[in-house]
Formats: sequence, C-alpha cells, structure tokens
Amino acid sequence: MKENVSMKKILMLVLLLPITGMAADADFTIVIKDHKFQPAELAVPAGKKIKLLVENQDPTPEEFESYPLNREKLVAGKSSTTVYIGPLEPGRYPFFGDFNQATAQGVIVAK
Amino acid sequence: MFGTAVIVFREVLEAAIIIGIVAAATRDVPGRKRWLAAGLMAGLIGSGIVAASTDVIAEFASGIGQELFNAMVLSVAVVMLAWHNIWMSSHGAELAANARNVGKEIREGRSECSILLVVVGLAVLREGSETVLFLYGIAASGGSSMHAMMAGGAIGVLAGALVGYAIYAGLLRIPMRWFFVATSVLVLLLAAGMASQVARYLIQADILPSLATPLWNTSAILPEQSVTGMVLHSLIGYDAQPAGMQLVFYIAALAIIVAGMQWVKRQQFSSHK
Repeated sequence: MKENVSMKKILMLVLLLPITGMAADADFTIVIKDHKFQPAELAVPAGKKIKLLVENQDPTPEEFESYPLNREKLVAGKSSTTVYIGPLEPGRYPFFGDFNQATAQGVIVAK
Repeated sequence: MFGTAVIVFREVLEAAIIIGIVAAATRDVPGRKRWLAAGLMAGLIGSGIVAASTDVIAEFASGIGQELFNAMVLSVAVVMLAWHNIWMSSHGAELAANARNVGKEIREGRSECSILLVVVGLAVLREGSETVLFLYGIAASGGSSMHAMMAGGAIGVLAGALVGYAIYAGLLRIPMRWFFVATSVLVLLLAAGMASQVARYLIQADILPSLATPLWNTSAILPEQSVTGMVLHSLIGYDAQPAGMQLVFYIAALAIIVAGMQWVKRQQFSSHK
C-alpha cells in the first residue's frame, strides 16, 4: 500500500508544480470556422517546440486531434485553446476535427 | 449516421472495456451490481457536468486545465486499479481455493466496491463527456440529418457496450484457478496503459518532456484508428507513435504494482507461517 501513497504524492507534485507561469504567447493560430480549419495547411519550423492556439469560431464544440502528433484536445464552441506540439522532424502531420471529420481536415508541415 | 456511430463507438469502447474487466475482476464481491450501476450513473451525471464546463476547465491553469483534469482523473484510476490488484494478490489465492465461501470477505469486499464505483465512474466520466459534447454539437447544429446521427450515436453506444459485455462474459468463462491471474494481468495492463495516457496529457500540456517523439512508429502496421488498434489501445495502452516518457510511465506503473503485489504476498506468507 505504501507504493500507492508515494505514487499519488509524486503525481500530485508533478501535477501541481507547473501551474504557474505558462502563459507565453502562441506561436501559431489555427481557426475553426464552419467545421473547417483555416489554414488547412500550416507550415512550422522543424526541431522546435511550438505553442499552437486553436480558435473555434463555431458555436459547436470540436476536438483537435492528430495521430501522428499524438494530440487530442477539446475546444468548446466560441472559445480557444492551446496545444503544444513538437519538436517535430521535417514532414507532414495530418490533423482533424474529431466531431466533424468530413470537413475538418488539416495538415501541419514541419520544415 | 455511420460516421457518428464510429465516433461514439470509439469513445464508449474504452469505458466499456474498463467496466467489463473491472466487473469480472470483482465477480465475487457482494452487492457489486449495485455499485457498478451507481458508478455508471455517477459517471453519466459527471459527464454532463464536465461537458457543460469544458470552457471553464480549459481556461484553468493558463489553458492546460483539460490536460491536468484528464491526467488527474486517470491518475486516480491508476491508483485504484493498483490498489485492487494488490488487495487481490493477498486474497485471490484464498478465493480461488474456496470460491464459493466468500462470506468472510464481505467486510473487505466493501473497500473493493468503492474502488469499483470510482474506477467505473471515472471511466464513464472521461469518455462520456466527450460523447456528450459530440452529440450536443450535432443537436445544436440541427438540420434534417439530426435524427439519423442520433440513431448513429445509439448504435455506437450499443456496439461499445456489447464489446465490454463480451469481454466480461468471456472472462467469466475462464476456470477459477486461472481467473485471478487473468484478471490481475488485465487490470495491471489497464493501469499501465492509463499511466501512459497520463504522460501523454502532461507532455501535451508541456509539463513533462516527451524524451523521444515518437519512440517508434507502428502506424503503418497497426494504426491506432483501426478497430484492433482501438481495442489494444484501451486494453493494454497500445500507442502507434508513443513518446518516450509514455513508456517510462508505463513501465514504472507496471513495476510499482507488481512490487506491491509481491510485497503483500510476502507479508501474508510470513504472517501465516
């Protein structure tokens, strides 16, 4: 049982430590409008961590999701959210809106 | 309609697999069905609340509230599953030897029930809130396709629940002497998979370094969005393109739980002899 308690403590510590001071400006912005991404193709520098702002202008919620980027984040209607990606190898990284996959498709190109 | 069914299926599947395994693992706990139902209800109510407060959660902690929330929910589930397995490792042998005589376990069974309640509740909460949001989006956008999509949602829920039930029923068919080994291995892998998800969320929130992105890439052989990939993802935490830190969390969870199980077993042997 001791292992559990210490694991919980470590997790709490990990979770609570970095809450302060994370609000740097975003490097890139992707807008969701009419269940589409704008821009649908976004060029970013390779080998660098990137702060991406996803701004949902639709009234309905969306989920920004990407398998190659290993990211998954909900964006409520009429609001925005931050997603950290990278550092990426040069290449193409498709992403999509999980709730509107027919139209919400995009790709991040790392150069 | 089909697209809706697939999306809802994917969300429901993860919770259904967790519930199926946990329900089987606690088969001998008295009153477990009531606790299971209570966990399900609590999870569903929680889903609605979480879905409705998505924007509030998201804004918390400078925009990484969602990751912290998910990481915390998953961490609690990991601890609960670890606890279950460690408890079972001391009692599993007795239960297996004397499967029908479980009366004396009732008192201890009570703590098992609360674990059951919490794990089921949290699994439903996490996956359910996304489903609620998704279906809300469909309902809010209205249109003539709404009924078809709602029907798709219902099919997705049913299909997911069916898989969970199949796992549950399948596990119950395992002979008693293998049953505890089988369920503890499943619970162990479930917990490790969740620990890896915790790491993924903390990397996404930029709290932890990824160490390697990706550590390997098996998306060409077994894509995560395929049915097999989805099931393996829920079952053992399969990730087609994991970060190095995810593997660190996965192995750490495995090691800590196994060590705990061994420790409890040793304690028991020394107190019996």
